[in-house]
Amino acid sequence: MSPRLEAAPPVGRHALSRRAIFKGSALLGGGLVLGALMPRVTKTWAQAAGTPPPIEPPSAFLRIDEDGLVTMIIPSTEMGQGIYTAEAALLAEELDVGLERVSLVAAPPDEKLYANALIGMQMTGGSTSIRAWFLPLRRTGAAARQMLIEAAAGSWGVPPGECITSNGSVSHAASGRMAGYGELAAAAMALPVPSAITLKATDQFRLIGKSLKRLDTPDKVRGKTVYGIDVRLPGMKIGTVASCPVFGGKLKSVDEAAALAVPGVSHVLKLDDAVAVVGDHMWAAIQGMQAAAPVWDGGAFKDMSMEVLVGSMAKAAQSDGLVAHDQNDAPGAYGKAATKLEATYQLPFLSHAPMEPINCTVQVKDGVCDVWVGTQVPTRARMLAAKGAGLAEDKVTIHNYLIGGGFGRRLEAEYVGQTAAFARQVDFPIKLVWSREQDIQHDTYRPYYYDQLRAGLDGQGRIVSWQHKVTGASVYNSYMGGWPADKVDPDAVEGAVETPYAFPAQRVDYVRWDPAPMPISWWRGVGPAHNVFVVESFMDELAHAAKQDPVAFRLPLLEKDPRAKAVLQLLADKSGWSSAAPAGVGRGLSLQLAFGSYVGLVIEASVGEGGLIRVHKATMAIDCGFVVNPDTVRAQMEGGLIFGLTAAMYGQITIEGGRVQQNNFNDYRMMRIDEAPVIDIHVVASEAEPGGIGETGTTAAFPALANAVFAATGKRLRKLPLSPVDLGAA
Amino acid sequence: MTALKINGEVQQVDAPDDMPLLWVLRDVLGMTGSKFGCGIAQCGACTVHLDGQAIRSCVTPLAMAAEGEITTIEKIGDTPVGQRVQAAWLDLEVVQCGYCQSGQIMSAVALLAANPNPSDADIDAGMAGNICRCGTYPRIRAAIKKAATL
Ligand code: FES
Ligand code: FES
Repeated sequence: MSPRLEAAPPVGRHALSRRAIFKGSALLGGGLVLGALMPRVTKTWAQAAGTPPPIEPPSAFLRIDEDGLVTMIIPSTEMGQGIYTAEAALLAEELDVGLERVSLVAAPPDEKLYANALIGMQMTGGSTSIRAWFLPLRRTGAAARQMLIEAAAGSWGVPPGECITSNGSVSHAASGRMAGYGELAAAAMALPVPSAITLKATDQFRLIGKSLKRLDTPDKVRGKTVYGIDVRLPGMKIGTVASCPVFGGKLKSVDEAAALAVPGVSHVLKLDDAVAVVGDHMWAAIQGMQAAAPVWDGGAFKDMSMEVLVGSMAKAAQSDGLVAHDQNDAPGAYGKAATKLEATYQLPFLSHAPMEPINCTVQVKDGVCDVWVGTQVPTRARMLAAKGAGLAEDKVTIHNYLIGGGFGRRLEAEYVGQTAAFARQVDFPIKLVWSREQDIQHDTYRPYYYDQLRAGLDGQGRIVSWQHKVTGASVYNSYMGGWPADKVDPDAVEGAVETPYAFPAQRVDYVRWDPAPMPISWWRGVGPAHNVFVVESFMDELAHAAKQDPVAFRLPLLEKDPRAKAVLQLLADKSGWSSAAPAGVGRGLSLQLAFGSYVGLVIEASVGEGGLIRVHKATMAIDCGFVVNPDTVRAQMEGGLIFGLTAAMYGQITIEGGRVQQNNFNDYRMMRIDEAPVIDIHVVASEAEPGGIGETGTTAAFPALANAVFAATGKRLRKLPLSPVDLGAA
Repeated sequence: MTALKINGEVQQVDAPDDMPLLWVLRDVLGMTGSKFGCGIAQCGACTVHLDGQAIRSCVTPLAMAAEGEITTIEKIGDTPVGQRVQAAWLDLEVVQCGYCQSGQIMSAVALLAANPNPSDADIDAGMAGNICRCGTYPRIRAAIKKAATL
């Protein structure tokens, strides 16, 4: 670590200096090997529990100072999802301390210590944090507690088995002795890490399973939290960036003299495809960029339009592609079906538009590079910063900050590399803040998808064949820097292959079609946000074709999955599904198994004049297994749902002249408070392994709303966003 | 030099008259509680009070801001309404990433100061200028109602 410059302030009630936390530690080293690592769940928690990993030295996650104050090194990045509080609770539960004695800091880049076991790299994403860390953090806390007991027992000359712990101290009843963790910490940390530990039974939990107050929110309501964009350093200058608006294009020229004539502007920095104007403050930078009026050479993509892009996808969709799943000859069963249905669904490119625009602060000086940034991927950020700065990775220090919204955007770190490439041209720290326009026009987009569905029903209206062909980009290919052309991208078909339903015959195909050089990436809900919309919309179409109620139509297909069935039944009950909807209001349903959690959603919506959709109410039933913080689960369901509804109603990025047409929140619309529905959430009590929740609400929103619009109007919209034009037109 | 009255103190600022107040606060005075979200009065992340009215500091020139008294998130907790709003926000755990919340709280305080018992429609009207990408709207609504009773 390089403690000579400022670091992100810790979260919580007290603060050790960062220097104290990481002093002398060998936390550096270990590189990110792209290609060998999968940003996707590879093991479930139960599987991981079957072969428990060795217990890491607790010092990787815990520091206890002499006063008994505990600093926790939190492996997942806090971006609003409440993970700091949840992971602190996992450690504190088994360590047996109260959260009032705890402060939290972000883990530094270190794949060996902080890789998410379900993903295989140090990453916060894919709704995996609780699933990945539920056991390891508890085991760490328990190991530390055991070491503290051993230390106390050793100094008192009593059997460890007779000692107990309680809120930060060890005591021995028979001798009446007691010592705080602070007094014991030094001796405890010198002991060997135990090879076996005992975890608490769930009925002994004091913290896990409770709606604990979040540790990060008191500072946030007072404007005191420092996000990456708030970093201020001695000698720092502030700038803004413009990249070639046409993807893949280059910078031709820039009027440096005009930019430098703007008061406060000090530097104009150039890369092949981007320019940064830097000065005393953002206002100088913005005006300087206007004056600089960069001229671009658009290159090969410069005449690209939506029409050409989608036309080319539709053509690609006619090819055979790769077989992702093939069970019981679905095409054959389709041929013999009594009723046949076919439909094509289309989903747009989407931008993330996190509330905190993309920003990064870098200093490259004396052969070392310091980066201040909020990132979901510290090791990837370090690798790209090293590349940008032209230095070895061990010369780069990442100071990670709380994030003002990620949604997948901060799984990418290309802007870190770009900032470093600018910063190496000067010797002072530069903070580059993107305008919202730059943020929306140079995002890494959720890909466009073009999906063809085909299903057959028998004489009783039962599904006998289900076929789904996905055509779209490979996010794996883009994220990993390569994915074999003859291999199905697991993300592209996630939620298409594994549905909650036992189809008698099912086939899923995948045609890869990449929009390069347009950048694409993960977006909240990832594969399921695309496939659950398609599957659940088409299920609704089939239910209507079979003249059956959408709940009744699904139930027989859930016989083998009691949790799915229970969620659907709870949902039907709580949403008043069998009662008549209010006049003019349609009810739409969706059901999903995604991220290890079952979610059912009923949306009530109406369509007014001009095809304007109004969402009145949302009822959700969720079984996400064992719940660590019930209030956080609800908050994620609410927020995820609104994120999804926003995209379902308004979200689309379109290309014309090779560039993104949208600019800012005026034309990339967000749902606002006056449009947000009442949300009613029902969580199933469960001891099953924890499931993910951060993305589930988003995924559920699209089909439930589309199905509600159909129920209200009789119009089936197979293209997102649900357009008032399509609805008003007939 | 422009004299700016911020949170009860006068600060001398060396910046052009047309510079938006947001950048004066963040980049000149180092008060980073007010946030940049859009720069075009669309999102409300930059909301501060000018003589008690919620304004978008990203489109308010320094010269105009200097004509009144500015209050920001850093000191809104010193006012009785601000204190109640922050308490209600924490009580109901409104906040997710928190990036929009300075602006949400400044808008909510202005709303409650003018209208101590806002209806749902009043909340819609007073808060629709503030985007929350994390979707905390249901809790913002509940917290405003709660703050009204504290
Ligand atoms: S930054 Fe001022 S309204 Fe968005
Ligand atoms: S809490 Fe994240 S944008 Fe509102």
